[in-house]
Amino acid sequence: MSMEQALQTFFEECRELLQQMEDILLQLERVPDDPEAVNAMFRAAHTIKGSAGLFGLDDIVAFTHTVENLLDMVRDGKVGITSALVAELLLCRDHIGDLVEHAASGGEINAEFRNQGDMLSARLREFMGEAPELGNPQVPAERATMVEASGGGKVDGDTWHISLRFGKDVLRNGMDPLSFIRYLATLGEVVSIHTLVDAMPDGDSMDPESCYLGFEIDLRSDADKKTIEDVFEFVRDDCQLHILPPRSKISEFMDLIRRLPEEDAMLGEILVKSGAITQKELEEGLSAQWDVDAPLGEILVEKETVQQPVVEAALEKQKQIKESRVQEAKFVRVHADKLDSLINMVGELVIAGASAGLLAQRSKDGPLQEATSIVSSLVEEIRDGALKLRMVEIGETFSRFQRVVRDVSKELGKNIGLEISGAETELDKTVVEKIGDPLMHLVRNSMDHGIESRELRLQRGKSECGQLRLNAYHDSGSIVIEVGDDGGGLNREKILNKAIERGLIQSGQGMSDSDVFKLIFEPGFSTADQVTNLSGRGVGMDVVKRNIEALRGTVEIDSAEGKGTTTRIRLPLTLAIIDGFLVGVGESFFVVPLDMVQECVELSEEDRRNGKEHGFLNLRGEVLPYVRLCEQFEISGAGSRRESVVVVQYGNQKAGMVVDDLLGEFQTVIKPMGQVFRNLKGISGSTILGSGEVALILDVQALVQVAASNEAKSLARVSVQG
Amino acid sequence: MTVLIERERNLVRLSPEGELTIYHVAELKAELLSGMQDDPEVEIKLSAVSEMDTAGFQLLVFLKREAIRSGKTLRLVAHSQATLEVIDSYNMASYFGDPVVITR
Repeated sequence: MSMEQALQTFFEECRELLQQMEDILLQLERVPDDPEAVNAMFRAAHTIKGSAGLFGLDDIVAFTHTVENLLDMVRDGKVGITSALVAELLLCRDHIGDLVEHAASGGEINAEFRNQGDMLSARLREFMGEAPELGNPQVPAERATMVEASGGGKVDGDTWHISLRFGKDVLRNGMDPLSFIRYLATLGEVVSIHTLVDAMPDGDSMDPESCYLGFEIDLRSDADKKTIEDVFEFVRDDCQLHILPPRSKISEFMDLIRRLPEEDAMLGEILVKSGAITQKELEEGLSAQWDVDAPLGEILVEKETVQQPVVEAALEKQKQIKESRVQEAKFVRVHADKLDSLINMVGELVIAGASAGLLAQRSKDGPLQEATSIVSSLVEEIRDGALKLRMVEIGETFSRFQRVVRDVSKELGKNIGLEISGAETELDKTVVEKIGDPLMHLVRNSMDHGIESRELRLQRGKSECGQLRLNAYHDSGSIVIEVGDDGGGLNREKILNKAIERGLIQSGQGMSDSDVFKLIFEPGFSTADQVTNLSGRGVGMDVVKRNIEALRGTVEIDSAEGKGTTTRIRLPLTLAIIDGFLVGVGESFFVVPLDMVQECVELSEEDRRNGKEHGFLNLRGEVLPYVRLCEQFEISGAGSRRESVVVVQYGNQKAGMVVDDLLGEFQTVIKPMGQVFRNLKGISGSTILGSGEVALILDVQALVQVAASNEAKSLARVSVQG
Repeated sequence: MTVLIERERNLVRLSPEGELTIYHVAELKAELLSGMQDDPEVEIKLSAVSEMDTAGFQLLVFLKREAIRSGKTLRLVAHSQATLEVIDSYNMASYFGDPVVITR
């Protein structure tokens, strides 16, 4: 791993840790007395500081250090958790995030930015009850409580003794022992350091990229053992580390000597030279020690000489490592580009498979047909598998809104809770990436205009705390995302008045509620009496609609006045390959997304006559608006033979499409249409058939609308005539 | 990363230039070892070393040891600031036993 790669890993890790910090802070705001959360928060800050130190990102280290100190005091109960503190820490988290992004983009930090950091630090120090003292943010760490050694035999040295043997791969992994030692020096005074090179082999067997070094270090510091241990956190698995606290027993030094790979006598000498023990102590120890030959395990178990927190820390650490190992085993990080190219290849495979299948059918060769059908069913499975790889849970996107809801509700002075459901619903990664902004708009809109002020809520007999809901679920080939609130709801009259005032409609007569509500997606539409800096300026909802339509999705609104509003976004699950239903009209082929096909029925002569007359079909007593594709797309030479109706459903609307031939299921690789055809109504894309011919993919949503308006027109005609 | 090789009677002077770091140590090991093969006295001139990390440091230790093993004398001379700092941090000036300018 090169340094650059290691750095990238660091940034990624930082982002994860920052997200974690945010989650914890939001949780602390609700449940302030959670020592485990404070601990986790501290660890996250500490890890960021530690790794930033390794990469020499001093700005991050300096700032995070202050935060860490404060958290330490919180942990010790010296500073209580208040909402002011949490708010401040959230700001600090953001600042760290900014610092990290700055470092990631390699930008210089400007004075204003630095100033902001200094101000935050100063405020943090106020929380710590300290006089703001810029320049030296060092807070004296709590002095390590010394463990009483069980009588006598203590050495006189007042320094920590650290024995360090690096593993072979440390250098290759992009880490330099030098940086650890330099970092160690920030914790106190390195009294002596002895470099051991004896592990290095001679001649050809010495690999210059391996690390053969070991160190015996004496450190004078007020830090506790855990802090010192944490310096080596990133090489913990890749080095042997022994730390002896000041005034340890001679026997412990002897244990150390015995455990280290070098010769005992030599190590002893080093210890004497470094002043950790005296020559006399060494001799006594060596002679006493060798009488008992305790196995290594037992020595390790002799924990009564080790501080309790160290044991806990070690256990915690082990647990963490174990957990992260389990996760590592479950996930492989893959570059998104690789997945995209895989999907492309699968797309080509589907097309090629279709053409092979067609040839096999024409050849009338039984075994060949059988073979190709097996191949095509396998291709289908591969396609599904490949598409699933890109599926991600929407939960991550949802949970980001916790923070948004918190911040915005503070800003608005409203009390709003967020309720998330359906977080495990999966959808295509490309869709997830693009849905963030529209969702943000809807959420803000709901909080700003939907949910009423505290007074008004109480007046209306609702609970003081407003509720915002984010929900997701799968529904016939689409994913539905709902943003709901229990606020005031939309006012039909207000919207109508506004729409008439703006000249969007002539009158509201005969408009259904959902049609009226759709008006708020028109450009420049806002009924907010009050413009805030969040929303109300009438930009936004139309952008939301455009963004969602660009994803081949739709938005609809459900609202009950006084009870609340739910905005429902309906999106296709994937943007690349779909199961289609192939139909023929005249000489042309069309594909209907199979998920939307309800049933196929024959169009009888009587139906045809009735249809022409009334503008709708009679489907088992149900009114079914319909559209004749040959008329819609002006295809000549069609409609003479027997016709069929494909009944499709979109959302809660049904419609029939009259076609000539039903050709069956077809795996459809969606190819986008060129710019020229962008505005074509009723067509959403194209695909290539096995025969090499082009089939157009029908935009069912648009056609359903066409059918509905046809029906409305002819109904109007009927009523005029009647 | 190039190594300048100068030979006098019984003495070879090797002057690596640029970064003495993990990225170059493999190549440098071979080059320096072969450079010091024939002469009983070896001088490694460090004035042109702009950067040195632990891998580079380790290589110097290795060369010193190899020299001792084959009965040669190896001296590090004209240390650059970068090399001095590393050797100092590791407290290894006395191991090499070469006269250096004391920086602190």
